[in-house]
Amino acid sequence: MRLLFLCIALLPGWALGSSPGDMPQRVVSMNLCTDQLAMLVADEGQLASVSALARDPRSSAMADRAATFPINHGRAEEIHLLKPDLVIAGRFSATTTVSMLRRLGVPVAVFEPATSLADVRNNLLRMGQVLGQPERAQRLVAAFDGRLAMLSGPPLDPPEAALYFPNGYTRGEGTLIGDIVKAAGFDNVASDYGVNAGGHLPLEQLVMAAPELVITGSRHDGYSRSETIMRHPVLAQAARSGTHRGLINREWVCGTPRVLAAIERISTLRGQLIGAQ
Amino acid sequence: MKRLLASLILLTGGLFALSLVVGPAAIGPIASFQALLTDTQTPLSLVMQEIRLPRAILAVIVGASLGLSGAAMQGYLRNPLAEPGLLGISGSAALGAVLAIQLGLASAFPLGLPLAALAGALLGVFLITLLAGSRGGSLSLILAGIAISALASAMVSLVLNLSPNPFATSEIVFWMMGSLADRSMEHVWLALPFVLLGGVLLATLSRPLDAMTLGEDAAEALGMRLSRVRRQLIIGTALVVGASTAVAGTIGFVGLVVPHLLRPLVGAMPGRLLGASALGGAAMVLLADILVRVILPEADLKLGVLTAFIGAPLFLHLIYQTRRELA
Repeated sequence: MRLLFLCIALLPGWALGSSPGDMPQRVVSMNLCTDQLAMLVADEGQLASVSALARDPRSSAMADRAATFPINHGRAEEIHLLKPDLVIAGRFSATTTVSMLRRLGVPVAVFEPATSLADVRNNLLRMGQVLGQPERAQRLVAAFDGRLAMLSGPPLDPPEAALYFPNGYTRGEGTLIGDIVKAAGFDNVASDYGVNAGGHLPLEQLVMAAPELVITGSRHDGYSRSETIMRHPVLAQAARSGTHRGLINREWVCGTPRVLAAIERISTLRGQLIGAQ
Repeated sequence: MKRLLASLILLTGGLFALSLVVGPAAIGPIASFQALLTDTQTPLSLVMQEIRLPRAILAVIVGASLGLSGAAMQGYLRNPLAEPGLLGISGSAALGAVLAIQLGLASAFPLGLPLAALAGALLGVFLITLLAGSRGGSLSLILAGIAISALASAMVSLVLNLSPNPFATSEIVFWMMGSLADRSMEHVWLALPFVLLGGVLLATLSRPLDAMTLGEDAAEALGMRLSRVRRQLIIGTALVVGASTAVAGTIGFVGLVVPHLLRPLVGAMPGRLLGASALGGAAMVLLADILVRVILPEADLKLGVLTAFIGAPLFLHLIYQTRRELA
């Protein structure tokens, strides 16, 4: 919420921006994460379309904003019909579509998914470059850094937390959510098991690690067997301080300044833990 | 016969104990059993009591269900190719379970899941007995099975693909191949009553099945009511297969391999084969579940992969044997 005010506070600055000659005028983004970065950085009217996923409030932190843009489904044909002068895609979003668009002569900027808080900064700056809005990107980065410094937990004696997701997957320090948890002042159990990126952590090993806290994501729509592991009775007893289920997916799946909300949420938990001790 | 049952009990018991000490967390066997039996809230006892114990118990329940129902169906249909997995009964039970999960029935009330799987299995057995008939040859039986399995697995895929949940699609593998990873005591309590009830229904078929080896007319002359036998078989099979599939997915070939291996040892009497096959099935699923943890401890290898490695060659061998009848 605070971040929303921040964005609004930045609005007057949008009138500035660099000369219109060298900046793309019809930009299409086809990846949930680049959608959000582009919506933050682009000028009014510069962004022609965002991906359909950007309107899904469970995954997208900017679903309301996305509702004001036409959507695409990442298919080469529909994107070509939009006549973009720049397409922005994520590294893993439909590589065949990207090569098709390039064959059709559409310039495509491919963004790497953020795997750390530093990547949030880098991707924002790069988005500023490709959209021709470097000043706005720099202002966003400065605001992000300021808020991050305020939120980051002091590294003294960090309690241990385990990230646990459907199908028994955990995330280590080499991931965005891992970095978020670290910034919020927790040690990650995954590193004890040599998991740096994402990996399967058997429930047994999670229990044996006896973390202070287990943190899981929010539930998706519909039902799945994969998510029933989050309801395994042993999870209630595995961690001394229980299992926290309040992590909201849209706040951390993408490397946008919105990850600050996740850091704030988790460092509040840390405060509660220390307060309880 | 007594010696066979005793050695099967010993084998199952040994594999049960082995299943309890195998797992990704390296714990010594003595420490494991101590933690299993003492009620301390240590991580070790949690692992033993809440993770490994339900897994081993479920392997026994599921394996016994599949072995028993396979032996009963082979006895009733007098066909060595009959088996709940191959005939699409597990598949239609899986469809029932998937529908229960996706429609929210399973989370609305706990018994929704096994009951829906039971309904699916019931439909599957009913269709099989209808299409193949009790006098039907191997060919019509297998073809009916192929049709029902194909339809059920296509429906499972369709339902999971339609789900708004991003994980649902990846679960097609679980429903096709089966797994016991990360199950809890809740699943044991969900499946056990149904399996016990169905097990009793199937076990009491022992005498009628023996009588039926003499032919249907002879069995009727001996005082067996064939329609009642048939009803009991259908309901019993649906109960055990439905409940097992609801918690463990579709595990193929157990009901085919186990009765086949044990048949010569019981003097080819279908009645005696029932108990032996239940124990043998439990041992086979326990073994498969130990092997998936030893071969690929990280990857949640599916049980059906292992049972198919053993079962599919045997199935081909059986078809080779009965091909004159099939031709």
